[in-house]
Amino acid sequence: MKIHEYQARNLFRKYGIPVPDGVVCHSVEEVEKNVPNDEKLRVVKAQVHVGGRGKAGGVKLAKSKAEAVEKAGQILGMDIKGLTVEKVLVADAVDIEKEFYVGLINDRNSKSVTLMASAEGGVEIEEVARVSPEKIIKMSIDPTMGLMDWQARKIALQLFRDPKEMRQAAAILVKLYRLYVETDSSLAEINPLVLTPDKRVLAIDGKMNFDDNALFRQPEILKMRESTEDEKKEIEANEKGLSYIKLDGNIGCMVNGAGLAMATMDMIKLYGGEPANFLDIGGSSNPQKVVEAMSILLSDSNVKAVMINIFGGITRCDDVARGLVTALQEINTDIPVVIRLSGTNAKEGLEIIREYGLPTVSTMSEAAQKAIELSNK
Amino acid sequence: MSILINKDTKVLVQGITGRDGAFHTSKMKDYGTNIVGGISPGKGGSDVGGVPVFNTVEEAVKATGANASVIFVPAPFAGDAILEASYAGVDLVVCITEGVPVQDMLKVTPVLKQNGTKLVGANCPGLITPDECLIGILPAMIFKKGNVGLISRSGTLTYEVVNMLTEGGLGQSTCVGIGGDPVSGLYFIDLLEMYENDPETDAVVLIGEIGGDAEEQAAAFIKEKMTKPVVAFIAGQSAPPGKRMGHAGAIISSGSGTAEEKIKAFNEAGVPVANEPGKIPGLVKEKLGI
Repeated sequence: MKIHEYQARNLFRKYGIPVPDGVVCHSVEEVEKNVPNDEKLRVVKAQVHVGGRGKAGGVKLAKSKAEAVEKAGQILGMDIKGLTVEKVLVADAVDIEKEFYVGLINDRNSKSVTLMASAEGGVEIEEVARVSPEKIIKMSIDPTMGLMDWQARKIALQLFRDPKEMRQAAAILVKLYRLYVETDSSLAEINPLVLTPDKRVLAIDGKMNFDDNALFRQPEILKMRESTEDEKKEIEANEKGLSYIKLDGNIGCMVNGAGLAMATMDMIKLYGGEPANFLDIGGSSNPQKVVEAMSILLSDSNVKAVMINIFGGITRCDDVARGLVTALQEINTDIPVVIRLSGTNAKEGLEIIREYGLPTVSTMSEAAQKAIELSNK
Repeated sequence: MSILINKDTKVLVQGITGRDGAFHTSKMKDYGTNIVGGISPGKGGSDVGGVPVFNTVEEAVKATGANASVIFVPAPFAGDAILEASYAGVDLVVCITEGVPVQDMLKVTPVLKQNGTKLVGANCPGLITPDECLIGILPAMIFKKGNVGLISRSGTLTYEVVNMLTEGGLGQSTCVGIGGDPVSGLYFIDLLEMYENDPETDAVVLIGEIGGDAEEQAAAFIKEKMTKPVVAFIAGQSAPPGKRMGHAGAIISSGSGTAEEKIKAFNEAGVPVANEPGKIPGLVKEKLGI
């Protein structure tokens, strides 16, 4: 789960990480109301769940309140990579002497939380990692001990010479780690972390993601969730025990199992088609689940054909077939459906489908080719 | 021989009184797996289909000499269940549970190392040595004893491939579903090494997914250390970046973990990568010269 920059800033503040003052506004009127009437330099930033806001024109400087209002008016409603900007953060601009990067991630290889830091802040850290990986300092953190003070100092010493600055940075790292662990985060970045000319260390921009598997024990984090229309569909599917991701193609897929669902999408692409979605119905053969899966699939108006690919393991294909027939009777759609069943009791399952009058195929590649053919009609 | 499990493996079921635990216990027993006990705190002394239930893993190990445990407890408690089994001295822990928080897995990891426990999963279908022992939720009927080892990050895709292998006359030594989470127990390299040392395995099928760089590491390991042939498949070649495809691990982030990178790494290691699952048995036969 992603949150906005202003939400990450609120969490930073709660954990004692210094950030410049700012307000989040949903409209020009709110900017009028909430931003003090002065000549302070401020920065108006689009709050959207994508990177590259600056390049898209979603971050603008304002020299006065009047300018802040004007710039907010330009940014609100703007489209950034397909997302509409619904709110802006109006924050005090600070003078910057130097920019740094610090971040925490769950590292699969070391199987630990890894702290990353770099004196090359303010830019895409992935780019630094690619071009000059030696400029990124990394440290694995022991989950039982947490980030120890001496470790934080060791990292901070590589970024700051002055002891006072170093101590400020080390304290921020320890607080960021605490925030990370206590909120079941999967990514926490301060980019940039800045040093001001008056020698204060501040977090200017922050990004946090959270582990979806842990949201059950993070009610405060869950409250911050804001979803786009596509994401709402995905969440709705999730609540029904389905895993759905909308894509741009025209062949709807319904598959049991995530790996097989991915392989099915690949197969469609391999034969020249475009999958409309990823949809994993899990292990159940419950007809109701199939009905729900079908209605989610067909709510996408791009879908011209549906490919159902089931491998019966513990679930039996004849059970699944009965579920499918019940579902298809209930839904009654004109969109052509290709069904492929294999594995446990596949023969019986295919028989049930054929009796119902739908074409069946026995391999994945046949199914993909048939679905593509039907989608082109 | 085989890897990790065989006919002598004595298995405990943590969460045996739950719906899934009870159901799969009976399936495993039907297959011939030596299920020696179950754990359900507070229900010790009862039994589930003839399997004695204990309150703690420690008691169960003392009473039965179990050396493996399979976990069916709900996600919020799965991390603790793994720890309990590890501290009780169980050699192999298989965690079927889906949706375990990453932080819980991170906490478990150093304990497993310290206690010398091997973990398969979480979020995995389990493992099988055909005709000897099945631990987990794998559909028994598709497997056949033979000389091909299989490692996979997914569930039903594994069944699909195993079914094709079996139908193509290629039996399996041991098949392991390592699970689709970003942080899990045994990984490709650990298992490749075991297969390399297993006299009953002549070739290995590796089924990877997008996300992470475990496949790239596996490719490097194969290039350096493996003498036995390996055939690979990567699911998720058509997945867009930044989207989690069901498995928490299957996500391409910031230009790494793509299928192209993985396929390239395997090709450089002399590992053929099937462009669709149906091509896997043919590639294995080619490598084995049959």
